[in-house]
Amino acid sequence: MIGIIRSLGRWGLDTFERLGRGHLFLVQMLAGIPGLFLRFSLVIQQLFSVGVLSVMIIAVSGLFVGMVLSLQGYYVLVDFGAEESLGVMVSLSLVRELGPVVSALLFAGRAGSALTAEVGLMKSTEQLSGMEMMAVDPIRRVIAPRFLAGFISMPLLAAIFSAVGIIGAFIVGHGLLGVDDGAFWSQMQVKTDWYDDILNGVIKSVVFGFVVTWIALYEGYDALPTSEGVGRATTRTVVHSAFAILGLDFVLTALMFGED
Amino acid sequence: MPLIKIRDLHFYRGDRAIFEGVNIDIHRGKITAIMGPSGTGKTTLLRLIGGQLHPHQGTIEVDGQDVHKLSHRKLYELRKRMGMLFQSGALLTDISVFDNVAFPLREHTDLPESMIRDLVLMKLQAVGLRCARDLMPSELSGGMARRVALARAVTLDPMMIMYDEPFTGQDPISMGTLVNLIHRMNEAMGLTSIVVSHDVEEATEIADYVYLLSGGKVIEQGSPVELKRSTSQWVQQFMQGLPDGPVPFHYPGVDFKEDMLNPEVLP
Repeated sequence: MIGIIRSLGRWGLDTFERLGRGHLFLVQMLAGIPGLFLRFSLVIQQLFSVGVLSVMIIAVSGLFVGMVLSLQGYYVLVDFGAEESLGVMVSLSLVRELGPVVSALLFAGRAGSALTAEVGLMKSTEQLSGMEMMAVDPIRRVIAPRFLAGFISMPLLAAIFSAVGIIGAFIVGHGLLGVDDGAFWSQMQVKTDWYDDILNGVIKSVVFGFVVTWIALYEGYDALPTSEGVGRATTRTVVHSAFAILGLDFVLTALMFGED
Repeated sequence: MPLIKIRDLHFYRGDRAIFEGVNIDIHRGKITAIMGPSGTGKTTLLRLIGGQLHPHQGTIEVDGQDVHKLSHRKLYELRKRMGMLFQSGALLTDISVFDNVAFPLREHTDLPESMIRDLVLMKLQAVGLRCARDLMPSELSGGMARRVALARAVTLDPMMIMYDEPFTGQDPISMGTLVNLIHRMNEAMGLTSIVVSHDVEEATEIADYVYLLSGGKVIEQGSPVELKRSTSQWVQQFMQGLPDGPVPFHYPGVDFKEDMLNPEVLP
C-alpha cells in the first residue's frame, strides 16, 4: 500500500517537474523570437520543411474528407429535401471543426514527429551541446525558428485543408450526386459567417499550431539522448498532441459556440 | 596565475558522488591531461568548466572569472574564448564541412563572405582537410570528423581548447595525426589545452602535466615522468594497464564459493 502511494507521489512529482520545465522552455523559446526577425532566413528554411512539405498530406486528406462528408451529408439531407444545403453543411463542418482539428492531427503526425526526432537526434549527437560551447544558444538558433515556422504554418495548412475539402465536396455533390451548383455555392456564401465561423476556426488552428509545435519541440529537447529515448519522445509527441488537440477543441468549441 | 582554477569541487548525480573535493590547476600554454578509468566523470569535468553543468559545491575559475556566477551573456562571451572538441565531433549534420567550420564566424561576426572563406580554408588547411570542404559530415571517417571539429573549435581563435577523449576509437594513423595536431596547435596558436583521456600512451606523450582521477578525487598529479615513477600501486596499475590490482577484476560482492553453494537461490 505504502509502495503504491509512494510511486503515485513520485509520478505526480515527475509530472509536475516536467510541466514546469516545459513552461520554462516555452518562456525561453518565446524570448528567442524577436531576434529572429533580424535573421528571417532561418525561419524560411523551417517554413519549408515544416509547412511546405506538409502541404501534400494535408491537401490529399482534405480532398477525401470533403468528398466523404459530401456523400454522407447528402444521404441525410436528401430525406428532408434539403440537399441544396449540402454546401453549408460541408463548409461549416470543415471551417469550424474538421479543418482545424484534422489538419492539426495530421500536422502532429507529419511535422511534429519530424521536429521531435530532429531535435532529439541533435541532442543525442551532442550538436546542441556543441552549439552551447560555441556560445550559440540552441534555443534561439534551433528551437525558436522551428517554433515560429510551426506557428505560422498550421493556420495556413488548416485553411488549405478546408478549401480543398470544399472543392472535394463540390466534386462529389455536384458531379456525382447532382446537387445544383448555384444553390451549393450561394447557400454556403450566405450562411457561412466571417466572424462566427471562419475567424473562430482560424483561432482554433492558431491555438493548435502553438500547442503542437511546443509539445514537439519540448519532447525533442527533453528527450533522453539515446535512440530509445528519441523513439519514445516521438511517440509521446503524437500521443500528447492528439490529446491536447481534442481536449482544447472541446474547450474552445464550448467557449465559442456554447451560447448559440 | 593558472588559467583554470578548480577548488573543492563537489558534484553528484542523484545519490552518486562524481567529484568529492577536487582541486585542479590548468596552467597557461601547457597541455594538461586529465586521466582516469571510464565513469570517473572526466567528461563531466569538462562540462562543469564550460558552465553546462553546475557544481554542488566549490568553484571553477576560468581566466579569473567564476564560471558559475556569470550571467547568461557573460558566460556566452567567455565561451567564445573556449573551444571544445566533443568525442563524437558534434558536427552539424545538415551542413557541409565548410559551413560547419564557418558556423561560429557567421554566428558571431559580421565578416564578409570572402574573408570567412579565407579563414575557413586556413583552418581546414591546418588540419589537412582543405580539399574535403564540400563533403557532408556523414561522408567523413571518425578521425576526419574530429579534425573538422578541431578546425571549428579554433576558428574564433580561443585561448583554450578542451578535448573530450580525442583518441578513442581511432586507427593508429589518425591517432598519430591527432596527437601531432593537438601538440602543434598548442604550440603554434599559444593555446592552453586540456585533454581528457584514458589512452595512457598518447596522453602522456603530449601532456606537460597529468592529473589522475578516480573515485571522485585526484589520486595523483605530476609530469608524465613523475607519474611513471610513482610508487602508488593504483597509479602503476592504471599506467601499465594491469588487469588486477587495487582496482579489482571482480565486481565486489559475496565470495564466489559461498555464492555457488548458497542454497537460498535454488528452486
